[in-house]
Amino acid sequence: MTLTRRTLLASSAFTFAFSFAAKAQAKPMNAYITIHADNSIIIKAPAPEMGQGINTTIPLIIAEELDADWAKVIIEQAPIHESFNHPIFRSQFVVASLSTRGYWQAVRIAAAQVRKLLVQAGALALEVRESELTTKDSHVIHAASGRKITYGLLAAHTTVRERLPDVKPEELKPASAFTLLGKDVTKHDVAGKTRGATQYSIDKTVANMLYGTVYHAPVLGSLAITHNREELLKMAGITHVFVVENGIAIVGKDYNSVLNARAKLKITWTDAKGSKFDSDDGLKANLAAVLGKELGVSVKNIGNAGEAFSTATSKIAASYTTDYTYHAQMEPLNALASVSSQDVEIWAGTQWPSMAVIEAAKIAGVTPDKVKFNPLPMGGGFGRRAYVDYILDAVRISKQVNAPVKVINSREEDVRNGRFRPMTAHHLEASLDAAGKVTAISHRISSDVVVPQLYGQARMDAQKNIDHIVTLGLDVSIYNIASHKVDHVLQDSGTRTAAYRGIGYGANSFAIESLIDELALNAKQDPLAFRLALLKDARGKVLLETAAKMADWGKKREGRALGLAIGKLGLANLGESMAATIAEISLDKTSGVIKVHQLWCAADCGIALQPRNSLAQIEGSLIWGLSSALKERVTLKNGEVQQSNFFDYDVLRMSETPRISIELVKSGAIPLPVGELGLSSVPPAIANAFRALTGKPIRALPMIESRVKSALI
Amino acid sequence: MFTLRVNGKSHKVEGNGDTPLLWVLRDVLALTGTKYGCGVASCGACTVHVNGKAVRACSLPLREAVGKNITTIEGLNGNHPLQKAWVALDVPQCGYCQSGQIMSAAALLKEKPKPTRDEIITAMDGNLCRCGTYNRIISAIELASQGA
Repeated sequence: MTLTRRTLLASSAFTFAFSFAAKAQAKPMNAYITIHADNSIIIKAPAPEMGQGINTTIPLIIAEELDADWAKVIIEQAPIHESFNHPIFRSQFVVASLSTRGYWQAVRIAAAQVRKLLVQAGALALEVRESELTTKDSHVIHAASGRKITYGLLAAHTTVRERLPDVKPEELKPASAFTLLGKDVTKHDVAGKTRGATQYSIDKTVANMLYGTVYHAPVLGSLAITHNREELLKMAGITHVFVVENGIAIVGKDYNSVLNARAKLKITWTDAKGSKFDSDDGLKANLAAVLGKELGVSVKNIGNAGEAFSTATSKIAASYTTDYTYHAQMEPLNALASVSSQDVEIWAGTQWPSMAVIEAAKIAGVTPDKVKFNPLPMGGGFGRRAYVDYILDAVRISKQVNAPVKVINSREEDVRNGRFRPMTAHHLEASLDAAGKVTAISHRISSDVVVPQLYGQARMDAQKNIDHIVTLGLDVSIYNIASHKVDHVLQDSGTRTAAYRGIGYGANSFAIESLIDELALNAKQDPLAFRLALLKDARGKVLLETAAKMADWGKKREGRALGLAIGKLGLANLGESMAATIAEISLDKTSGVIKVHQLWCAADCGIALQPRNSLAQIEGSLIWGLSSALKERVTLKNGEVQQSNFFDYDVLRMSETPRISIELVKSGAIPLPVGELGLSSVPPAIANAFRALTGKPIRALPMIESRVKSALI
Repeated sequence: MFTLRVNGKSHKVEGNGDTPLLWVLRDVLALTGTKYGCGVASCGACTVHVNGKAVRACSLPLREAVGKNITTIEGLNGNHPLQKAWVALDVPQCGYCQSGQIMSAAALLKEKPKPTRDEIITAMDGNLCRCGTYNRIISAIELASQGA
């Protein structure tokens, strides 16, 4: 029944009845928005949360366009369903710092459509023209007569057709009219996370649940030959021990018993491709590859580098390396699966729930619609949870034992079965003409690949062997350099690899921005002045100047030095964000420990929808970049990971964290990628500061003490 | 049978005396606010109070927890000045380390109601955070201690 003036008058007599029925009267307007008669609004959060705040950001974007009263918005996690797909990935998948950017326009239109429908309904109810109406705080308002109606009342009396009124992008609110976006709201999960109330998948329990763990093959592809099954089955609390395709599964009545049994496990394994791999040798091999003749895959070939080099007056060359790194997310990988012959229910924190549903269905032998997936917040994703292997472990085990099983990696298992940012070696050469102008950069990189492991070989073939996870950031387009040639010599050491926060930027920007400082030194110019002269990117100039001002770049500091770098994040076609970072360091030459006293970062992410959260994300990425630059490395011998826990896989602690100042520079009205931004500028800023302090370059990540001492010789 | 006193309540718990308190809290008493991060006292995610002092529950055997007052994050009831400061400054990101961070900070403030920045860092250095909330944690502790 449409709400007319008569029914509106009649309904006021029934407000008492309405308030009883209020909770029951929930009107879904579209996939995202459900409006209650009491004017509270449920907004679905489509993307899994891993600390990036996306479960507040996307509902906030929707609430803004809807003109909803934020105080009466209730956020619910959306189910796994195509109506919540990321518009670009066409899947529910959080990755590449692209969630806000990806959902931005689509959810605004979805919200604007609902607002339009409510205005139409309001016009009918108040018997006025739509153009006389405004909306604010979940009310439709007719200012001229001083009347207003709640969204709740309108929604309750409105028929929502399959197709909501059209809204064109031009009709969306201009940024100048924002009342919610651009301001700080408290993230909706903060209270829960400070009370220990937020439930991660590791916390979830169901009736009749068993606990499990997998001792995975030490090397990708190796299989268990023998194991001491009978001995383990005799141990307290253990119910099952069996071979799975990727290792040995142990199941028991409580997790501590499972851990005790795991400690007693003895297994022999078949060899696999990576079984002889030694990461020290691997580093040498990667370096030899970039210095060698193998052509590799042509990733970029802009201009004419060949000609630039053959006619060059002088050249500058340098080689760089980075080690394997492990995500070390605080919540070890785990999932709870309950598999029966008819259906499957899963509770897990993952970046790619859509993929988990598809793969779980295959293993369980059901169709995907029979998989009920409960996405829970992650205790850290960082790219590792883009793989769903740990969820499939739980599905396989539950299916085998015919009971719900929560399968948890011990920390030791999480490290040894980690999937790593690939080790890389780089050889860069720059050609200079007679005037000292940089005419070309040639960049050879050698590394394992990630795309075939994350997305499959078919995708790698379709991309003609260009591994975009490894090669993102091999870009000097912000500089006035006419030619840029990039080649990737692909390796296959047999090591498990993954996308790791910052992906290619962490290694590639380190090499490029270190070389830029090399070129500045060669030209006897200040690194800031050199970059400002070489840049052709206006945003970059603003950022460099802003950072320099923040850090008081010209000021000499006794026993300390500053280093500078600029880097990007994102894909050119969607809009890249950019940051210039300056690091202030000192050095203990005896111990080889670099101390970072402060970071200053000028960051351009387009428009910061929630400034405080953007700052938190950028700061988090700066600290992540620092940790990976100074401390983090995985080493392998005979294909096996040598590290096992936090005492031998070093990550940055509070005492090693510098003071950090960040200034947000606004450009445009589109939110650009934020979460991984610090990775492309922190590592080279440290290396450049080291050079300024000591006169010596440091060209390997991480900059551990032994390498620092070698660099000083 | 072991008798544990947790957040002011007594619980009779069956099990092996070697079992780390962490698993008893989480899997027997369903107090999952205390987290498993490393199991070797290296990360601080499992920090609880035992007679008011910060202790790593992953490294305290059940039999040694008997007869002591144990407080978990749930025992702070959301009302602790630290928890209010944490919300005011929007500290958590993924949130997984935060129970342990707050428990370590609460033990510090009990001993030193107005700690210096250096004292904060020394007390908190055993608590890892991969999301990089360290500077906000320091600010939140400073904010909470201002009300002391």
